[in-house]
Amino acid sequence: MRVNVLLFARLRELAGADAVVVEVAEPATVATVWQAVAVATPALAPFDRTLSCAVNANFARMSHPITAGDDVAFLPPVSGG
Amino acid sequence: MLLVTSDPLSVEALTTDVEAQVRTRGEGCGAVASFVGLVRATHGGRAVRYLEYEAYDALAVTVFRQIHAEAQDRWPGAALGIVHRVGRLAIGDASIAIVAATAHRAEAFQVCRYAIERVKQIAPVWKHEFFEDGEAWVEGAVADPTDEAARAHALAIACA
Repeated sequence: MRVNVLLFARLRELAGADAVVVEVAEPATVATVWQAVAVATPALAPFDRTLSCAVNANFARMSHPITAGDDVAFLPPVSGG
Repeated sequence: MLLVTSDPLSVEALTTDVEAQVRTRGEGCGAVASFVGLVRATHGGRAVRYLEYEAYDALAVTVFRQIHAEAQDRWPGAALGIVHRVGRLAIGDASIAIVAATAHRAEAFQVCRYAIERVKQIAPVWKHEFFEDGEAWVEGAVADPTDEAARAHALAIACA
């Protein structure tokens, strides 16, 4: 299935795009989607341990199940304020 | 008022909004405390030319609502406004405005401090600094809104 991936800040810069579409096998979780993203753009792989994730604009764990058409966002460490 | 905007921030509008919310609650509104974060001219000894802020707008608003709910849980009757600016900001520009309204002054300061600490922990907003001699993304906390230790830490700072 196809999943929409949103990337922010340094992840967006490294990928050269703020959104990408990845193809993953079902059943999938956020972790499956991240693996597909990291394979497509190896420069993102080091963010493995410091990622936050969101599904359809709500924070989610790596174990969160994904269905076709979901928006999955990967967030580097934050620095608002 | 809990939002992300590319427009200049207005503390006055935020103050009017939160005061109106508390005016008719319990004892009414007797105190408003505000915090405004500004773009500083230096970072780590380097001269800053300008900053760019980026946010995941939809999620940021959800996080601001969570912070508001947490504040109301700890300080019943309090109202809180949070507006974060995104886009290119010059030295001296306001990047965030937080206004807390409560019945009494001590709580207003506490709510305001709690809110900025929580924003720094969990709001999906990123700062990109542009220096005279380079650029860098600032990467602070790994955002986890369910991390109770982080929340307790923010509460301890607010009530110190």
